[in-house]
Amino acid sequence: MSDEKFIGTPRKATTHTSQNEGLIFEKSSPGKKAYRLSELDVPAVDASVLLGKSVRKEYGALPELSEIEIVRHFTRLSTWNYAIDLGMFPLGSCTMKYNGRVNEAVARFEGIAEAHPYQPESLSQGALGIMHDLSQYLIEITGMDAITLQPAAGAHGEFTGILMIRAYHESKGNARKKILIPDSAHGTNPATAAVVGYQVQNLKSNAEGMVDLAELEKLVDEDTAALMLTNPSTIGVFESEIHKIADILHAKGALLYMDGANMNALVGKTRPGDFGADVMHLNLHKTFSTPHGGGGPGSGPVACKAILEPFLPTPIVVRKADKSLAFDYDRPLSVGRVRMFYGNFGMFVRALAYTLANGPDGLRLTTEDAVLNANYIRAKLEGYFELPFKTPSMHEVVFSDKLQAKNGVKTGDMGKRLIDYGFHAYTVSFPMIVSGAMMIEPTESESREELDLLIDALQQIAREAAENPELVKTAPHTTRIRRLNETAAARNPVLRWKAPPSSIPLTPDSAAKEW
Amino acid sequence: MLAEIGATSIDDLFATIPAEYQLKRDLDVPRQHGEQEVIEAFKAYSAQNATGYASFLGAGAYRHYRPVIIDSLSQRGEFLTSYTPYQPEIAQGTLQALFEFQTMICDLTGMEIANASMYDGSTGAAEAVMMAVRVTGRNGAVIARTVHPEYREVLRTYAQHQGIPLTEVDYTGESGRVDLAKLDAAITEDTACVLIQSPNFFGTIEDVAAVAEIVHAKGALLIVSIAEAVSLGIVAPPVEADIVSLEAQSFGVPVGFGGPYCGVIACKEKFLRQMPGRLCGETTDTEGRRGFVLTLSTREQHIRREKATSNICTNQSLVALMVTIFLTVYGKEGIRELAEQNLAKAHYAANTLGANAKLLFNSAPRFNEFVLETKDTTEAVNAGLLKEKIIGGFPLGHHYPELGANASLWCATELTTRVQIDAAAAALKA
Repeated sequence: MSDEKFIGTPRKATTHTSQNEGLIFEKSSPGKKAYRLSELDVPAVDASVLLGKSVRKEYGALPELSEIEIVRHFTRLSTWNYAIDLGMFPLGSCTMKYNGRVNEAVARFEGIAEAHPYQPESLSQGALGIMHDLSQYLIEITGMDAITLQPAAGAHGEFTGILMIRAYHESKGNARKKILIPDSAHGTNPATAAVVGYQVQNLKSNAEGMVDLAELEKLVDEDTAALMLTNPSTIGVFESEIHKIADILHAKGALLYMDGANMNALVGKTRPGDFGADVMHLNLHKTFSTPHGGGGPGSGPVACKAILEPFLPTPIVVRKADKSLAFDYDRPLSVGRVRMFYGNFGMFVRALAYTLANGPDGLRLTTEDAVLNANYIRAKLEGYFELPFKTPSMHEVVFSDKLQAKNGVKTGDMGKRLIDYGFHAYTVSFPMIVSGAMMIEPTESESREELDLLIDALQQIAREAAENPELVKTAPHTTRIRRLNETAAARNPVLRWKAPPSSIPLTPDSAAKEW
Repeated sequence: MLAEIGATSIDDLFATIPAEYQLKRDLDVPRQHGEQEVIEAFKAYSAQNATGYASFLGAGAYRHYRPVIIDSLSQRGEFLTSYTPYQPEIAQGTLQALFEFQTMICDLTGMEIANASMYDGSTGAAEAVMMAVRVTGRNGAVIARTVHPEYREVLRTYAQHQGIPLTEVDYTGESGRVDLAKLDAAITEDTACVLIQSPNFFGTIEDVAAVAEIVHAKGALLIVSIAEAVSLGIVAPPVEADIVSLEAQSFGVPVGFGGPYCGVIACKEKFLRQMPGRLCGETTDTEGRRGFVLTLSTREQHIRREKATSNICTNQSLVALMVTIFLTVYGKEGIRELAEQNLAKAHYAANTLGANAKLLFNSAPRFNEFVLETKDTTEAVNAGLLKEKIIGGFPLGHHYPELGANASLWCATELTTRVQIDAAAAALKA
């Protein structure tokens, strides 16, 4: 906008202030405050006397702003985010379902938010009760025998589960050497196996994208500790021969680890413990509605069969003879601790609230709706995009960009173009067994109206890819900023703000003159 | 919708699950609750926990005042319900906040780079040790016994299958600091790193410079773990360290029965390629405007799979946002004033409570925690205090048997009042 056109309008006023927001450090001016401490009710101390040479002298770039400036800064930043609260998030494998606000409310009750992890057990019966009750419900939902809530996220749960498998084999005299992982697996699976000191052996999927039983039979031997399997698989298909997979493993003394990332397709309809899984993790931040928060916190409880129970991390929650709940630390076969204290307790609270709000009928209906929604999308988009695997879908569907790639339009381009239609992108280029994968998971939260909007958008994008590929390849066009140069970011990493060398710091006086 | 799919019933969609594994009954979980009932259920849980008690517990989880705007802002749906910012064009809010977080963590810790968070301080310390092993090509680690006992337990769990031998080094009885002579003796040519905590588990501030000199003379890396982040407001940052593993819970995160918290690893820039976890970096868009992206992901599991620097994926992004807002509210003046108040409260508490007990480790400075040896056992003392609605110190006898059953770790923060301290002192005397 030119100054002439807006004569009389203050220069700082813009039609959309949230479009221009510097870094918090650039907005700082010396002497501004957004806090006032309580009056000190004990004698003041001289830090340089108490701490001597350990006293701090430099504070770097910590910003100084007023409260309203801080509120505006972070509120403006928030408007640059897409979120479930703004619309559908069809990210396959991520289960971006609605995060009920009652969960947030109960997590802030004083007795819950302010409970200290070391306060006496007699004064922690509510917190222990939350852990105990959630544990019981998750055991019932998974069909397992025991559980730990300690792992902080899915990958941390995998780590815990594989540690338990290792401890189990060691207890039999041989830790074994390798973990089998299908080529369709999440990247965390092989990374986890490596952290626990196992070799990763790749298991090729068959033409349907499922475990190839003959290949499995060939690979499983006395050196195989376990198979890490996602079920439904990362192409959203239930491994219908799962019991045979378990049998092949068990016949050689190997175990079946189930990555529970896709549990939203199963809750209330089938139980991993019933179909042969020995140990699995859940992602409370997927299936049990705890918010993703821009990348965390998560929570990755690990449920297992009785044979693995002795190896669970310490402590576990037990009920004592007097009916009170307590932590049991005395578990000699335990793999040890995987995290301090008891895990991401705040996530347990939210997951328990979700479970109570749903009940058995709600949990089943949730699964049914999630699967119904994915199949509806599949039916409406088949023909517009290539469907590499025709096997029936569960809670997510994987297309590929094969039809559009002929015009040079890739899955990533169409994901970006979807942003222009008011959605988040689907999961791009995963699973890796599908070239140009487009992985869509609607979850149960979306209405038919919202699904139809997504379907319309993707159908339109398919047309655009044929008629005007450049439009798609340069998307998004409607966002605050355009495609970002990720290569430059990696080549010359700038990972923190630094004051420009020539800058004259703003004083309250000079800041005022800017107006 | 079923008709559009070509199915006759919802069960058609689950036909790929073999019949014998289909669950034909209701799950045995409580019936569906109305929202009001959910609230009531959690009020009942909450009421069974301590409320209205004065607490002197710290030991890795610190009670600090949380400015109200932390929740007003971090609870905005755009932050709360967004995903990992893999589509940066519509995630600049999260990304810019993470970039601001990384910057503040660098300045506070005295390091050159910081990641976008780890699960917590315990796993962060373990990941830092594994990072040092990759950087140095050596494989042992020497750990001060004054590192939080649960951090050490987690490290043992992580190290056991990576062939990383761990050696623990004792502290001195006078200062509670790591014993420098024993430390020197424990470091060998195979030692990749030394891990200390400062302020340590006893609240004692380590002489980081002296430790660093010993460690670096042997060609090993120094990792400093910080569990009480508010200490950085008044205690000099461990600039002599190579890697800092910070638990940032004190910066505006509820104690919340132990989590979620916010770990973060900061280090010298030359170790960048071995850093675990997500990193947010600055770049430009196609029209030259500044923007932020997750970067250097070739270190990470979704690209490198079994060769990744760590298996970490989900981190603690929303908690990192709380930390960023907290640090913005206090700023460089406020963080110092806040830390000074903690210092004053702990100083008063140590002297007042110490009048009726023995205050240990007096020859080194401390931050907001101190160790008392009471006349009676900690168990008996704490039982007496509970009757006055006071939660006493953390019993040390289990993790440090040499200190005996009468030693306990006490914490005072800006939330601890003089009235509470005086009441506890009176109860100790009685």
